[in-house]
This record gives sequence, structure tokens and C-alpha cells, in this order.
Amino acid sequence: MNQLQTFPAPIVEARDLTIIYSGQKVLDIPSINVYPNEVLCVIGPNGSGKTTLLLCLARLIKPQTGVVAYWGVPVLDGKRALQLHRKLAVVFQESLLLNSSVWDNLVVGLKLRKVRAEEIKMRAEKWLERFGILTLAKRQARTLSSGEAKRTSLARAFALQPEILYLDEPFTALDGPTRQALLEDFKSVLRETRMTTFIVTHDRNEALALADRVAVIMKGSIAQIGTPAEIFSSPADEEIASFVEAGNILHGVVSTHSGGLTSVKVGDQQIETSSVLPVGAKVILLLPYDDIIIFPQSSEKANPSARNHFLGEIVRIFPVGSQVRVTINCGFNLTALMTRKSLEEMGLKEGGRVVAMIKSVNIHVIGRH
Amino acid sequence: MGMIWEGIKQGFLLLIHGDPQVLQIALLSLLVSASATVFSLCVGIPLGCMLGLSRFPGRRFVASLVNTGMGLPPVVVGLVVSMFLWRNGPLGILHIMYTPAAMVIAQFIISMPIVAGFTMAATQQLDPKLRLQILALGASRLQLVWILLKEARLPLLAAIMAGFGAVISEVGASMMVGGNIFGQTRVLTTAIVGENSKGDFAYALALSFILLVLVYLVNFVLTMIQQRTKMR
Repeated sequence: MNQLQTFPAPIVEARDLTIIYSGQKVLDIPSINVYPNEVLCVIGPNGSGKTTLLLCLARLIKPQTGVVAYWGVPVLDGKRALQLHRKLAVVFQESLLLNSSVWDNLVVGLKLRKVRAEEIKMRAEKWLERFGILTLAKRQARTLSSGEAKRTSLARAFALQPEILYLDEPFTALDGPTRQALLEDFKSVLRETRMTTFIVTHDRNEALALADRVAVIMKGSIAQIGTPAEIFSSPADEEIASFVEAGNILHGVVSTHSGGLTSVKVGDQQIETSSVLPVGAKVILLLPYDDIIIFPQSSEKANPSARNHFLGEIVRIFPVGSQVRVTINCGFNLTALMTRKSLEEMGLKEGGRVVAMIKSVNIHVIGRH
Repeated sequence: MGMIWEGIKQGFLLLIHGDPQVLQIALLSLLVSASATVFSLCVGIPLGCMLGLSRFPGRRFVASLVNTGMGLPPVVVGLVVSMFLWRNGPLGILHIMYTPAAMVIAQFIISMPIVAGFTMAATQQLDPKLRLQILALGASRLQLVWILLKEARLPLLAAIMAGFGAVISEVGASMMVGGNIFGQTRVLTTAIVGENSKGDFAYALALSFILLVLVYLVNFVLTMIQQRTKMR
């Protein structure tokens, strides 16, 4: 089949967007598209213009030059922008709930969009239920915990049944466990709805967990755009590399799948991941540097019965800032990031025998080939 | 001490017996000040919203005028309004000097900046990102302002209380443009000044007592509305 024919028409097309604040270009995007049913993650350091790009695409701010078009129709005036706003949903880093009940927050946008009353009730109930907060419907929004508030703002967005969903650092303000639980729920909702989604984040792991395509933005411009595999395994230049450089990229073949764990053969070793994959598939795995734990072979913590534990020899110790990068050879090269202090405490040296461990949930499948 | 007690007792009796003169004075007080407050809300809330929510050249200057206006001395307002409404003044042709209408105008000038200033502060303390969120939910400009005002409802009710409180208790301007004419422009505050200068302290105290009860009742109702929205 011809690749071009299967490539759908984009929902959003933006051309030549620029925004200049006090003489400085904060945004300069010659072209960006968002396609139906894709999850496009924009990652970049703080202050790189990610949020500004989102606000421009959602036409919540007007770019100084350039055009944003939806389904081929440019959004030029305020009237068009209002029509557009009634077809999309935006979730910000702060939950930004109105000072009323959870239920009122769910229905306010639906009322603005003149959805019928029965339909409003149905949708609000459905999405409160889906995000596990139906029992909170009568609660005042300001009495919610940060996790509950975020769930409310996500339910509010999905209840709008938008044609495209914009998310600006949606999980950043949450603490670890809350964030992990919500990220899982959100992931499964995205899978079910196949919602076209544009996410801005500075967290590579969120991009790894969610994205179909990743765009790296640096100093207001898109430095690289492509599949997660392309971005994380072959960053276009050093600056991108140092920002996205998240971990070890390994190529392997899926050998078995059982009990929620998939075994991937890499070299002579088996690596277990919690991702669901067909047997025989060739995959690219990413093992984040900071999720790999290293112990001397003699240490009692070096539990050989743990999953994903690899015996090897330290081939290189390389300082980066206050941390050190330790590369071990265990049939393939594996690099871990640790503090100088723990390196010294464990007395690790080049040539030393060590055990490297990583949890199966921390292994990301970033591509297939 | 006995005189104070006597005053309160007399005030209570006047209230209970529904003395027609006192009733008429109290009603006029309420009517003049309530109308002035309503007009102030009609002008002050939109003005405050504009100052709090939008950016335009000269905004800070206008804001500083409004803030100064919050402390406008009623006698100065009375003087200026008198000069305008005087028979030979620019608005003398209206023939409203020494009428309740003149008092409403003067009280409007006193309370409008208070309402505008409170509204400005109330809308400015909202998260600026909330505006983007409300627009993204699908609100038009007008719907946006309406939702933001609802968000700021607690400080806005404080604006109403402050605006009404300033004018119901004001005496200088009402005296100057109203003239404390019995049966026409006599309100509680001007009556108190009059009785005081006549030496009828008990009657003045009785009127003061009624004024306090009136202010309390109005604020009680507003407070109930304010705190109900908060606790709900």
C-alpha cells in the first residue's frame, strides 16, 4: 500500500508561527501538524516555549505571525476562535477548577457548548465514573486533594468529547504515587478513546509512556520531531542528545509472554518488561540511566533472584557534574547514573565485578522494527 | 450613663410604636442610600472589571483615580455637587438642589469608586490562567466575565457592603445637597446632627440606635448571602 495514501489529513496545521516578547523570539515554528488519533508529545527544557506553542495552537493566544488551521480552515478572528474553543479541551498544570462543586465543574463547559441536559448528565456521570471520582460529585472543588482535583479537570476535559485534547504539564504538580496511578488511568483512557492529544511536558518519561510522536523544542524552535525510537535512539544533535539522553537503548526480540511479563532476548540475556508485546517482535527498549541500580557482586543487596539482574564488569566510570556514569559490560553495555557518594561508599572501581538491576516497569518499549 | 440608657430606651419605643415621622426618615435613608448603591454597582462593577481584567493605555492612572476616590471626603463631594446643582450652576436647570435626587447623586459619587476599587481588587486576585481555562471551556467574552464575577463573588459582596456602608453613614454631603428639610430630605444622619445641635440628645441617640439597627440588618442579609455561598 502506498504510504502517502494512508497518511491522514492533519486536524491541526500551523505555519510560520512566531511570537516575540520584548525583542526576543520566544516562538519560531515554521510548521507543525497534529494528525487524527495520534498522541504528540512536545518535550523541552523549562522556558523553551512549549506552553506558548500549545496556547497558540489552541488559539488562546494569537501568534504575531503565521496561521493555525483546523481541518484546513484557518482560525483568523475571534468568532472562529470561539467556535474552535467549543471543539477542543485544554488541561493545564494547575487544575483550575471553578469555586463550586465537582459536578458544576464537569457541566459548565457542556452548558457553554449548549449540550442537551440529559446528554450533559450522562456524560458527566460517565467521566466522573471513569476517573474514579463519581462519589466526589457533590464535594466542593476547593476541598479536593491535588490528585482528585487533577482527576476532576481531566474528567471535565473528556466529558467535552473534544476533537483534540491539549495538555500542559498535566501530571507535573502531583506527588510520585498519585502521579503514577493517574498516569496509568490516563493511559488506558487514551487507548480506549484514541483521542487526538497534544501534550507538553518536560518529563521524558511521560513522553516515553504516552507518545506516538515526540517533538523536541529548544529555544522556541522544534529541534527534532519523530517517533520515540528516532528521538531517543538517534537524537539529531548534541544539545538534543543531552536533553533527551534518557537511557540505554537496546535492540532485542520478544521470546516469551506470560503472567503480564514479556521476556525480550537481548544478546544472551533475557530482559523482562511489563509491556504487552507479541512473541517474535523485534523491539527497541529504553532502560533509563537513573532507574538502573548497581551493587558490588559481594553485596547482600545484590539479590540474584530479582528480575532483570545482570552480572558484569565495570568498564568505565565517567563523572558528570555531581554524579557519575558507570558503564558495565554484561553481554551488552549498560550505563547507570549514581551519586559520587554511593560510588565511593560501595568502593566501585573499573574492572570490579558488579550486579546491575532494573525493575520491569521501568523498561520502556520505544519502537519496533 | 442614664442619658445613654434613656436614648436607647426611647429609640426602642420609637421603633416599636412605629412613630410615623421616624419611620419616614428611616425609609428615606434606606431609599436614598440603596438607590445610590445600586447605581454604583451598575457603574462600579463594569469599571472595576475593566481595570482588573483588561490592559489598556492609562489603566494605571485610572486605577489610581479610583483608589483615591475610595477615600473621597463626603463634604468635598457635597460642595462640588452643590456648586453644580446651584440655581446658577451648570446643572441648575434641573432644579434638583435640596431634593432626594441630589442626595442620590452625591452618594453615588462617594460609593461608586469604593465599588469599583473592590471589584478591581477582587478580579485581579483571580489566577490569570483561569481566564484561559474558561475560554478553553468555550466561553465568549461576556460569558467569561460573568463566570469570573461568580468566582469573585465573596469579595464582590464585600464591595456592596462597603459601598452601602459608606453612604448610609455619610452626613456631610447629604446635609449640603439635601438641606435636612423635614418631610423632604431629612435622613437619619442629618436628623441626628440636627437633634444634637438642638441639645435633644435622647432623641438623637434614639435615631442613632435606629440607624445602627438598619445598617446591621442590611449587612446581616448580605453576610448571610456571602457566607452561604462560601459554606455550600
